[in-house]
Amino acid sequence: MTDTDEKRSIIRMFHVHRNYGTKKALIDITLDIFKNDFVFLTGASGAGKTTLLKLLYLAEPVSEGQVLIDGMNISRIPRKRVAFLRRKFGIIFQDYKLIANRNVFDNVSLVLEAAGKKRRLIQKRVRGVLRLVGMEDRLTALPPSLSGGEQQRIAVARAIIGDPKIILADEPTGSLDDDSANIIMKLLNGVHIRGATVIIATHDKALIRKTGGRVLLLKQGRLQGSSIIEKHYDNSIF
Amino acid sequence: MIILFFKRALKDFRNNRLLNLITLLTISLSILIVSAFILFFINTSEIMNFWKKGLRVMAYLKSDFPPSQLTALSGQILTLPAVETVRFISKETALNQLKSQMKRQASLFENLDKNPLPDALEIQLNAKSQSWEKVEVLATQIEALDAVQEVEYGQRWLGRFTQIFNLFRLTGYTMCGIFFMAAVFIVANTIRLVIYSRRDEIEIMRLVGAAEHFIKIPFYFQGLMQGAAGAGIALAVLFMAYWSMASNIEQGFFSGLFNVRFLSPLMAALIILLSMLVGWLGSYISLKQYLKR
Repeated sequence: MTDTDEKRSIIRMFHVHRNYGTKKALIDITLDIFKNDFVFLTGASGAGKTTLLKLLYLAEPVSEGQVLIDGMNISRIPRKRVAFLRRKFGIIFQDYKLIANRNVFDNVSLVLEAAGKKRRLIQKRVRGVLRLVGMEDRLTALPPSLSGGEQQRIAVARAIIGDPKIILADEPTGSLDDDSANIIMKLLNGVHIRGATVIIATHDKALIRKTGGRVLLLKQGRLQGSSIIEKHYDNSIF
Repeated sequence: MIILFFKRALKDFRNNRLLNLITLLTISLSILIVSAFILFFINTSEIMNFWKKGLRVMAYLKSDFPPSQLTALSGQILTLPAVETVRFISKETALNQLKSQMKRQASLFENLDKNPLPDALEIQLNAKSQSWEKVEVLATQIEALDAVQEVEYGQRWLGRFTQIFNLFRLTGYTMCGIFFMAAVFIVANTIRLVIYSRRDEIEIMRLVGAAEHFIKIPFYFQGLMQGAAGAGIALAVLFMAYWSMASNIEQGFFSGLFNVRFLSPLMAALIILLSMLVGWLGSYISLKQYLKR
């Protein structure tokens, strides 16, 4: 690891382990993810993709090892700073995690409200981001009334509205049809072009081939390899 | 931001109507019971004070007491710290008073050979000594004087009543404390149920970077609003009960003796604040436990 790599790194993991009792979900993970990387975290079900993401957004603690995010060691972050750290992330979940009894506007505006932004700015930004994801006409709709693809677009809108440095997406297209999946990937590409680091956990090899990017392969909790997949044709890691 | 939190609290209230109504009713009932106790004590204290204002000690003098020593005796009694005034009531004056009070039974006095009443001293207590303990001490001191045959402080039963009242008041304070704690824990539990029903929402808020205060404050507002509304309902019910009972009491046995009063605006405001504290404390306890996880 050179000094330049250290400066470019936005996420660094050193010998990270995650155990659930005697079960080892992640074993000795050491990796660097650089600013503006587009990373696929792949592997079979149970390989540890979701666990790794959860460690990053502090939904679960590290059992052993160190994780640095944008220079901050997450094991040493006081409870009160956790929210601040999470604002560096935009998180997209496979099951969308939208608040069912709040409308589209409220679900998306939540991030900016939590960050203490002014009402007028929130109005403007929410409308802007919903226009970007093609959902500006569904401001007052409740999530259960939307299709899966629409709900995921709202989840993407919520993830990108705060201009986060890192987007974490856990199987963002897992339950979507091809058209909806394409829209989501286009949106994530757009965010990447604007400077964000995007990390997508997926087992969908076709999606990785189609999109291209850096691929990290997990197998039974261990990092097996890292390679760059060129869009459309390179599938050497598989 | 405050307006936003307030709006969110109102919205949450509407979204969880049933649970919030249960909390509201619990607070109302607890505050109603506590307020009813307070109202009772305020009015009972008023009656006690009314009775205490008439506190005096009558010292009946021995029949052989020489009138020439009256000034010295009065002076001696006046030196006692609890005494405000001393007035001599001669047996003749006492008999005349008795006759004027019992005009219809005047025939009773016609056959009297001699005045059966003793000379007496009417001793009024100063403002600092209007308690039964002090009256008793004073009575013992006066009774010890050679010239005094007997001491009487009319409403002796009032002393016993005061003791019972004080015991009752102590029980009342304890009950109020228990109701207060019970209300806090019931509110804490209902708010825990509200939180549990919204656990996904809270989890999502945390994941998108909402600070704890952002999650907590609407619940605190909700607790405060429930407290205020609960107190409002309790005071309204209490006022209706007071209104229907007060006129009966005033026209009945206690007619003209005293007015039954409702809680003063200050006391009502204190009760509302207390109730808001109950609501807030309930939210605080359950949130502290939940968000620790």
